[in-house]
Amino acid sequence: MMSYIARRILYAIPILLGVNILTFLLFFFVNTPDDIARAQLGDRRVTAEAIEQWKASKGYDKPMFWNSDADSFKKLSETVFYDKSVRMMFFDFGSSDSGRDINYDISQRMWPSLAIAIPSLLIGLAINISLALMIVFFRGTTIDTAAVVICVFLLSISSLFYIIGGQFLISKLLHLVPISGYDSGINAFKFLILPVIIGVISGIGSGVRWYRTLFIEEISKDYVRTARAKGLKETTVLFRHVLNNAMIPILTGVVVILPLLFMGSLLTESFFSIPGLGSYTIDGIQRQDFAIVRSMVYLGSVLYIIGLILTDISYTIVDPRVRLN
Amino acid sequence: MFTERPKFLDPVRSYSESEYRFLAQIYESPLQYHYLHRPYTLQPQTLTQMPDIVYLDKNGQELNEPVQPEDIAFTEYRFSLQNGIKYQPHPAFAKSNTGQHYYHQLTRKETSRLKTLNHFEYTGTRELVANDYIHQIKRIADPRLHSPINGLMQNYIVGLKELNTELQKATANSQTSVDLRDFTLSGVTSPNDHQFNIRIYGQYPQFIYWLAMPFFAPMPWEADIFYAQPGLAENNISLNWYPVGTGAYMLSENNPNLRMVLEKNPNFRGQTYPSTGDIGDKENGLLDDAGKTIPFIDKAVYILEKESIPYWNKFLQGYFDSSGISSDSFDSAISFSSSGNIGVSNEMKEKGVTLETVVNTSLFYLGFNMLDPVIGGTSERARLLRQAISIAVDYEEYISIFLNGRGIAGQGPIPPGIFGYQEGAAGVNSTVYDWQNNNYQRKPIKYAKSLLEKANYKNGIDGLTSKPLSLFYESIDQGPDSKARLNWLRKQLEKIDIQLIIRSTDYNRFQEKMSTGRAQLFNWGWNADYPDPENFLFLLYSPQGKVKHKGENAANYANPEFDRLFDQMKNMPNSPERQKTIDKMVKIVQHDAPWIFAFHPKSFSLQHAWYKNTKPFIMGNTGTLRYKRIDAPLRNQKREQWNQPITWPIIFILALLIGLIIPAVLAYKKHERKRVL
Repeated sequence: MMSYIARRILYAIPILLGVNILTFLLFFFVNTPDDIARAQLGDRRVTAEAIEQWKASKGYDKPMFWNSDADSFKKLSETVFYDKSVRMMFFDFGSSDSGRDINYDISQRMWPSLAIAIPSLLIGLAINISLALMIVFFRGTTIDTAAVVICVFLLSISSLFYIIGGQFLISKLLHLVPISGYDSGINAFKFLILPVIIGVISGIGSGVRWYRTLFIEEISKDYVRTARAKGLKETTVLFRHVLNNAMIPILTGVVVILPLLFMGSLLTESFFSIPGLGSYTIDGIQRQDFAIVRSMVYLGSVLYIIGLILTDISYTIVDPRVRLN
Repeated sequence: MFTERPKFLDPVRSYSESEYRFLAQIYESPLQYHYLHRPYTLQPQTLTQMPDIVYLDKNGQELNEPVQPEDIAFTEYRFSLQNGIKYQPHPAFAKSNTGQHYYHQLTRKETSRLKTLNHFEYTGTRELVANDYIHQIKRIADPRLHSPINGLMQNYIVGLKELNTELQKATANSQTSVDLRDFTLSGVTSPNDHQFNIRIYGQYPQFIYWLAMPFFAPMPWEADIFYAQPGLAENNISLNWYPVGTGAYMLSENNPNLRMVLEKNPNFRGQTYPSTGDIGDKENGLLDDAGKTIPFIDKAVYILEKESIPYWNKFLQGYFDSSGISSDSFDSAISFSSSGNIGVSNEMKEKGVTLETVVNTSLFYLGFNMLDPVIGGTSERARLLRQAISIAVDYEEYISIFLNGRGIAGQGPIPPGIFGYQEGAAGVNSTVYDWQNNNYQRKPIKYAKSLLEKANYKNGIDGLTSKPLSLFYESIDQGPDSKARLNWLRKQLEKIDIQLIIRSTDYNRFQEKMSTGRAQLFNWGWNADYPDPENFLFLLYSPQGKVKHKGENAANYANPEFDRLFDQMKNMPNSPERQKTIDKMVKIVQHDAPWIFAFHPKSFSLQHAWYKNTKPFIMGNTGTLRYKRIDAPLRNQKREQWNQPITWPIIFILALLIGLIIPAVLAYKKHERKRVL
């Protein structure tokens, strides 16, 4: 398995290099260093000299890919691409265009994102699987039909509606929890209740329906009939056999998103004023701070690749027949 | 509450209102605006009196009265500082018993452990001295700091340009640390610790207004040395994040992604609340605290709230003391009486919320690129075309539809509240309006069409080419209302048979088009830096042309007579003579119509009953938090009253769930007991 993982990591290098080059081309050709300078300096009383000085101080005055005036290796290293991309390959994101250290900001802001994402995922998973198994238990009955209709209804509603509706009902009308905000340590708990509840409820429709489909497929298989023929209780059949055998598609969906939980949710963090990585990315976009946006895109790509590798590994754990060669 | 993270908290760099609302509480520039007097009046902040202004000849000798403007080679501003002004506690000032600074020679290993300013065990303070102001003026010239007024001030402050050149050379190698104390600035001198002089080239009366802005706030050299130490920047410990000031407040917590906390500066010398105000201030209770020591509020917590819905709900719950009004909540907050008067809605009245409105010292305009061959230039044909469009685009309608009435249509480049603005018949833009029944009356579309006919564009057809006239509008408008706004604009021009083609573009491309003169019609605006007409009229001064001079004259308007009058007006004191000159200038631009003077926005602000001493104050570079007072018991009582938790729905939902679970369990048991055969 180790050689498989090593191979996958090696495969990831050209992918990440591609992501790096692509984002560089996108950001630096769509927005020239002059544009970036203007975005940072504002648009009042900015002189051409100020733009040149800003570019020089940030290294944007160098050639993009090839410095023909430099000697030997410096032809490559004395370029904007080398400065802004090579270090990024090794997770040194440098400083944002407004001067803050991006690694430090990421290390600070990933915790609020995780504080929402992990409980939402775990509670959501438990509720969705339990509900799906219950519906499967009543398959073919009116309860099953009603549950599917409710699921379709729930998944048809926009997540924005859940957020605004939840804030209105739970916070504004009932005054049970704060509408938005965040705090450090244990004080954060009261601020997390609402986003987690909304995160869980908004995921029920799609989650339950997806797991129901998986379980229905499993429940018609021979080994389930055999288990029942042995006289096992229905709950034992569902939780011990059906659930275990449906784990591969469940894991495919869950493990792949685990690393991405770091990245946070753009909408939730914005509406609940959570200072996580989702709002960090949005801030970067709004401020045209491309150093931040590129770093977050790159980090997202890395985490996605890690998610895929973890998914492959998890297959071997839940299904002994799978071998990574 | 704040909606946008302040980008810069270094006073040499900061140039936006969202930053000034914090910086102005922390830093003290030499001058400030009086909190209650209108029009806005400058007064000393850290000075014993207003600066002495002395005119010098080319040899640096003082000119005797009466001074002839042509003899003035330099103007010198002489400042005397108050004694005993101290900085907030800060580790940069901390000293050991031997007088050595504790934290000026930290190693990278030591700094790597310091993640916030609170990790420094010791703090210190010292008295404000004249050199701190000089140090800050040197910082304006420092190329590493990118001060937005570096270019502008180089034209005025003697020696600043030379210092900038020197510093460029000195800082070319980024590895070398540069101490600004090693450099001299010839135009700024300090005879002793409590006096300093700034010498500027020629005459620039508006310079005094800059002295009320944070650009000229004092900066102790210790702060520069402290923050320049290796490793601190990597931990984001920088002046841009942790300011060092002498003001009434200090930033005790800076987490702009969540909240920013201002706490009373324990070293603040104490000031008193103004004892004089404007007409009506006494009746409005604004002089109730006259003569009392300020600041009243010990701690102010600003919370980041990006979305308008939670922000509005929190205001209604009493968690924010004041609030603006978004379009979403306008109808529930504001009501119009039958006579058209604006007030708060009944719901707001019940909560004790009051409304304050003020017309901002800002202008939004629709500009015509005067370099454009169709719409620009000084020809009679182009001028008539611009005038016709100015009449057709009905900004009263725009204000009503898109701004909920929060604005007034512009008559000229100067907004209300600034010297030179004329109300009523005297200020009417006679190119676009008639003065009838004591009101502005927009000229009819028929008249606009007749102007077009004169310009050989009868029925919107170019008489020279026989083709329909199409104009291009550069739009950077985004957001939910943008489509409606653009459709509205298109329809305005359709009224005079002109086809408007919208060219949507992003902000960067828009800037590029503006700087190369490729735009035809565009929207732009300006907020007052200071309350002087020069700050608006310079936007039409030809040496400020955007294409030729990279200045702020976005329309590239050039009129020699206007320029001549501008040169006269800018050095005049506010007087009837200056008003006459301004009137002439305004008439010229109204006639030439390089802009449609679209509107001056109006700010609406809601305050809870417990928030005292609030008066609209739009010169954001003066800290006003120190004048505000909170009736804390009333606030606590109201918050408790308005936010009693309602738990019965939760109990109801739990009961419902149990009600559903029981039949499910019964059904399961029945299923389990069911015989298969």
